[in-house]
Amino acid sequence: MSEKAATAGSVPASTAVPSEQYNYEIVKKFSIAAVIWGVLGMAAGVWIASQLAWPFLNFDIAQITFGRFRPVHTTLVIFGFGGNALFATSYYIIQRTCQTRLYSDRLSLFTFYGWNLALILGVITYMAGITQGREYAEFNWQIDILIAVTWVVYFWVFLMTLLRRNQPHIYVANWFFMAFILATALLHIFNNIQVPVSLTSPHSYSLFSGVQDAMTQWWYGHNAVGFFLTAAFLGMMYYFVPKQAGRPIYSYKLSIIHFWAIIFLYMWVGAHHLHWTALPDWVSTLAATFSILLLLPSWGGMINGIMTLSGAWDKLRTDPIMLFLITALSFYGMATFEGPMMSLKSVNALSHYTDWTVGHVHSGALGWVAMITFGSLYHLIPRLWNTKIYSLRLIYIHFFLATIGIVLYIVSMWVAGIGQGLMLRAFDEYGNLAYTFTESVVFLHKPYVVRAIGGGFFLLGMLIMAFNVAMTILTAKRAVPATDASRATAATAS
Amino acid sequence: MKHESVETNAGLLIILTLAVISVGGLVEIVPLFYINDTIEEVEGVRPYTPLEQRGRDLYVREGCYTCHSQMVRPFRDEMLRYGHYSLAAESQFDHPFQWGSKRTGPDLARVGGKYSNEWQVQHLINPKSLVPESIMPGYPWLATTPLDYDDIEQRMIALRRVGVPYSINQEEFDANVERFGEETAVMLDINRAEANLIAQAQEGNFDGDRSFISEMDAMVAYLQVLGTMVDFNQYSEGYFAEFR
Repeated sequence: MSEKAATAGSVPASTAVPSEQYNYEIVKKFSIAAVIWGVLGMAAGVWIASQLAWPFLNFDIAQITFGRFRPVHTTLVIFGFGGNALFATSYYIIQRTCQTRLYSDRLSLFTFYGWNLALILGVITYMAGITQGREYAEFNWQIDILIAVTWVVYFWVFLMTLLRRNQPHIYVANWFFMAFILATALLHIFNNIQVPVSLTSPHSYSLFSGVQDAMTQWWYGHNAVGFFLTAAFLGMMYYFVPKQAGRPIYSYKLSIIHFWAIIFLYMWVGAHHLHWTALPDWVSTLAATFSILLLLPSWGGMINGIMTLSGAWDKLRTDPIMLFLITALSFYGMATFEGPMMSLKSVNALSHYTDWTVGHVHSGALGWVAMITFGSLYHLIPRLWNTKIYSLRLIYIHFFLATIGIVLYIVSMWVAGIGQGLMLRAFDEYGNLAYTFTESVVFLHKPYVVRAIGGGFFLLGMLIMAFNVAMTILTAKRAVPATDASRATAATAS
Repeated sequence: MKHESVETNAGLLIILTLAVISVGGLVEIVPLFYINDTIEEVEGVRPYTPLEQRGRDLYVREGCYTCHSQMVRPFRDEMLRYGHYSLAAESQFDHPFQWGSKRTGPDLARVGGKYSNEWQVQHLINPKSLVPESIMPGYPWLATTPLDYDDIEQRMIALRRVGVPYSINQEEFDANVERFGEETAVMLDINRAEANLIAQAQEGNFDGDRSFISEMDAMVAYLQVLGTMVDFNQYSEGYFAEFR
């Protein structure tokens, strides 16, 4: 990360400017897409959360019932918000850390249109009732192929850029991005082996059935968390935390150890989603064991990130972006402690199938993934447009809205999950079941209301971010029309 | 080897990463296809009839798995509430599996036969009319939409390709007669798929309306067969534990 490159924006247009030394256009596109999908995906989340609290909101309209709309929410937040943010940051980070321009403008643009077209088609098809019925892999087979092609191109662009680097070393963030790209390709392909009903039909049947299908799906499902939502965002963390803190990464050795440990261990733990099912016990026991082990590299990453701020803790008082990044790491530590605990078979017997799992996912998704993304985008966007953020105060407001939202969300889901789990296994003095299932549904109403409100807070924060980002970009465009013109001339001349 | 050589060589980084991330899946997934005990030896489990399979397609379409599991766990409360715990054998013809991950509503693995057809139809149209506390959405369109079964044969051929023993020729038909008995084998014959589907819908009259075959017919036919294929009285207690 050279200071020369960081200040390149201020040198005269006749020499190198960021728009030529680096391909920032593609990073801008993905960043804006991340914010837009973030708003839509979180709004979809608040919508389905409200349906659970107030079921009349299903309105007997097929396209927006919970069952069809839940994949819209999960797809848009994971692949829309998260995915676009990862494309943006990985394309930015690899250029900055390799000190070279992205390999191909055209191919990287292809990844932008390919990825976002898949998302749009996904939303339409889910609402139309076209789905593979596999969680987080609901895209039908034609969209799967589009995603696979896009992903191969992404890999190619990333690899070729890496090979063009002007630095002997590959920076740690790029190891994580590379592992994320490779693992996601592996998972996507093996979890989507389908036989179509016909070449023109959107429907298909999975190659595997029953127990093998379940294992494959949750090997995919948990590693979507492990590689898409963890390894890749650790890559993001490894660049933006030291950058924002103005300090080097705490421990180089720790980053090596926790990188290899985390990518090895994650692949073993998916079966903890299938404890006590018809999956053979040996798989489930292996998965539980590795889940416990996974605590170590997870916390290795958290410690490495948080301790990077060592000696500059005062930044937490003055810098709201730092606040986002460090809070994200704290939630990461919390979620990766809760996860191994829930993977213990005895705990899982109670927590599985309940809202505790939903709460756990969101402490990771909102607390870790979204918070680290917010921090990174707030760092990134002013630099891309060569300006300052429109309002620092709004970043603070966003931070507090998001944090309050997460706390409401997680706590209500603990109450809902543990409460329902205990009710369903309660017996009366004669050994009969103490509660019917319906009674537990009645109990869930209040936690569901609180959860929807929590989600509403989080969405409000996201909307404020969208406003702040839009104003930043507009202000930047208004401020430098002259510079833009001279840059355009320079670009055509070169 | 120093770690520096990995950090300075993209090819080496890729190869080592691929090797490291492949181990877990190979060790945990591949044996499931080869260890015979993975799926219990049990009688009665058969592929779905054309009508039931179309019902299952609708179950997937509506995303029922987002709120309902089909996997009873071996706990006292679940056995009291739902029945015998689920066997791997019972979902061996399920492409895709629908075990689910969340019970916003109750488990459905053994819902077959628990309620009458009339109850199921009424409940799907308006759940609150039968369970006032229910938070389940209504699915009234199932009753009014005619079932699309134009591609039923193609669907069964696709399922046959992924391993479901639907028969397409005399040889396979005979094998099914041997394995499932004559009556079931007829239902699994792809060549008679459409006739079988219409006949089952007419005879079963699942939605109480004989004027046309609705999506409701298929959905209720599917729900009513869930978890009913194995006769657990045939097996001694502890038999299934041997496979776990």
